[in-house]
Amino acid sequence: MTEAIPNTPSAATLPLDSVSEAPRNVKYHTRDVNVFYGDKQALFDVSLDIHEHEVTALIGPSGCGKSTYLRSLNRMNDTIDICRVSGAIELDGVDVYSDEIDVVHLRARVGMVFQKPNPFPKTIFENVAYGPRIHGIATSKSELDFIVEESLSKAGLWKEVKDRLDEPGTGLSGGQQQRLCIARAIAVQPEVILMDEPCSALDPIATARIEELIDELRSNFSIVIVTHSMQQAARVSQRTAFFHLGDLVEVGETGKIFTTPDDQKTQDYITGRFG
Amino acid sequence: MVTEHIVSKFDQDLSQLDNLIAEMGGLAEHQFADCIKGLVRRDTELAEQVIANDKRIDAIEVAVDQHTISMLALRQPMADDLRVVITALRIASIIERIGDYSKNVAKRTVAITQSPPVGPSRTIARMGTVVQGMINTVLDAYLQRNADLAEDVRLRDEEVDALHTSLFRELLTYMMEDPRSISACTHLLFVAKNIERIGDHATNIAENVYFLVHGKMPDESRPKDDQSSYTVIDGDEQETK
Repeated sequence: MTEAIPNTPSAATLPLDSVSEAPRNVKYHTRDVNVFYGDKQALFDVSLDIHEHEVTALIGPSGCGKSTYLRSLNRMNDTIDICRVSGAIELDGVDVYSDEIDVVHLRARVGMVFQKPNPFPKTIFENVAYGPRIHGIATSKSELDFIVEESLSKAGLWKEVKDRLDEPGTGLSGGQQQRLCIARAIAVQPEVILMDEPCSALDPIATARIEELIDELRSNFSIVIVTHSMQQAARVSQRTAFFHLGDLVEVGETGKIFTTPDDQKTQDYITGRFG
Repeated sequence: MVTEHIVSKFDQDLSQLDNLIAEMGGLAEHQFADCIKGLVRRDTELAEQVIANDKRIDAIEVAVDQHTISMLALRQPMADDLRVVITALRIASIIERIGDYSKNVAKRTVAITQSPPVGPSRTIARMGTVVQGMINTVLDAYLQRNADLAEDVRLRDEEVDALHTSLFRELLTYMMEDPRSISACTHLLFVAKNIERIGDHATNIAENVYFLVHGKMPDESRPKDDQSSYTVIDGDEQETK
């Protein structure tokens, strides 16, 4: 007499990360994005979806277009005169390049953290309070105090700076400054955070702190990170997109991209054979 | 490898791994051939030599372990490189098992030669030839990264299983005919089982080669023909023979 063995999923079909536990909503829907700097085309027909509550890593060699793509998401390219963007870039189904979009409001919804920490030459408190104040998110002093504490806590910096909020932000260490910039970005309650090599100027300990923070932030935000460190992309992201010479070569679940990528170019790049 | 790495030392490390596996595999194949030869020719000297040589296989396994660990720590291999390192680690441990089984056959050879010769040495020799061919081919498949060749090895294991089953029946028959052969035949049963296990291990290496090439384990189950676990010979069958 044999008893039926209950159907259990085989180890091979289990996801490497928690990506596939539920279908994610698409936050950014981009189709056939082309970006030109004058006559030079920097991006060619890039179509990519950014999912909610996921970290999407953009990787690729220098000049591959990953930062250009990132900057087109919140119209940072608008500041460059010769830059032209075509194709569809939709945030929650609304074209971010339409005339009705208020760019200032867009950038409040889509925050950004840059390669080098760039705190305002003001106090730590003011660095975080500035955004909520000008966007009218906080009106009273007590509301502002609450937002500053909450943002600094979320950025993992509160304990270190709570007794020195009136000191200049530029007096902090590099890693602290970067976390201050992240606190400043999340203070305006964005929906998406774009990070352009946020750890490239930091030491390994500060990098680990930021990576831990990125993972915590993903429960509230959608995060897109450009990184030159493939190990970092592998560690922090759920989905990875590989760019090369302005083309999106391959995008997929991070575990798959780093173990069994479909494209030979991706394979050559991540294994260090490019060139 | 398709293209070279930017860091050339990485390529050297990877080929060093292949060299170690090739050396280890070659040694194991040789050891296996010798243990079968020793058994069939009742050559205890050769058997003793096989027993002594097993240390060399163990030593290379240690070297492969150290090399893979240092590669994981220092080079952080990804994608196909990661599979090269992981499969080398696995295959080295499988080859070490193959070496142990050959050594075991050699030990039993020393015991068997103390009794008068019993029948089925031809079937054992036949099994040995097939399994040796499997080891040889699967090592080629590994070094050439040839998944088709590895699949071929997987399919050949069916023949080994069939030979093992028939040998099992044959040995039971001998023991029933002449109880004085029981000692030698029991040892031969274990020898047959060891050779059959070596065939299984060659098949495991083949699966790892497939994984190395394709990034996943082969899915369709391979044909098996080992019925020795269910084999019974009763008295009636004995009489009708």
